[in-house]
Amino acid sequence: MSEHIVPVKLYIGIFVALMCLTALTTGVAYIDLGVFNTVAALAIAVSKMLLVILFFMHVKYSSGLTKVFIFAGFLFLAILVTFTLADELTRHWSPTPTGWGMIAPFPARFF
Amino acid sequence: MADITVHSAHPPGFAHQFEDMQQQREAGSLGMWVFLLTEIMFFGGLFATYIVYRALYQPSFEIGSHLLEVRFGALNTAVLIGSSLTMALAIHSAQVGMRRAQVGFLISTMILGAAFLAIKFTFEWHHDYLEHLVPGFGFLIRPEWGAPGAHVPMFFCFYFFMTGLHALHMIIGIGILTVLTIMAHRGRFSPEYYSPLEVSGLYWHFVDIVWIFLFPLLYLIGGRYAGGGH
Repeated sequence: MSEHIVPVKLYIGIFVALMCLTALTTGVAYIDLGVFNTVAALAIAVSKMLLVILFFMHVKYSSGLTKVFIFAGFLFLAILVTFTLADELTRHWSPTPTGWGMIAPFPARFF
Repeated sequence: MADITVHSAHPPGFAHQFEDMQQQREAGSLGMWVFLLTEIMFFGGLFATYIVYRALYQPSFEIGSHLLEVRFGALNTAVLIGSSLTMALAIHSAQVGMRRAQVGFLISTMILGAAFLAIKFTFEWHHDYLEHLVPGFGFLIRPEWGAPGAHVPMFFCFYFFMTGLHALHMIIGIGILTVLTIMAHRGRFSPEYYSPLEVSGLYWHFVDIVWIFLFPLLYLIGGRYAGGGH
């Protein structure tokens, strides 16, 4: 019976931190940082995710086995994204149509 | 007969194949995490595709993103984080053996979840429909968007599929919470046994995490500053 009971104060603290980060990510979107807008948005989202996983989901107090499983899950997500982009961003694309308007209406192709 | 004595001695909710309650609790959490990992890959497919198409059609995605209302997205983020807090507090109440507080926190979680869906469907989706922004349901490409306008429907396909899949998870979550509330009301959970609350909490927090990523990726693309997104 050695489960860890997280104190209510800590839950409230995490909640306040998550709310502040939400305000921060919304605020930062209104400041021109160039490509760093995306970097900042993702960095804040990852921080929020870590707070939720570690404290709300009790992973900080979980067994090493659970932690390894979770790490493996995110590793496979990283493989999915990395390999897809490695293929996609290194192709020599032929020109793409500019939209649905390029495609002739159905009957016109026959007459 | 000794077996019967031992059987009556164990805590409620204890399954015999486990050594003790702690092992049972850890096995339950680990099993739920394995399910959540399949969910990560499930949503991951959409996220990976989103990244590829955003890389290909960044200007179109920025136009689409600017048509969404940040205030509703931010409000819903706050509502969902609040529901995660009440869910965590419901589990805490079970751990310290407060039955009425469990029921109260579970109902609060459901109300906040329902509020999220209400905001999403009435203020956002319905509004998008009236504005002709739903692909397949009379989407109108506006002339002022220029050349990138051709791929704005692609952004809205991602928007509706990602928020729709997320909303489906929320609806399932509210169904699970309904069952949990009835169980909590009947006094099924104790400081020794609260695994259904714990694993459902993991699910609820996971859905929260998905939204934590959806909010910046859908609502805040390319910045919201004057002249942003060009």
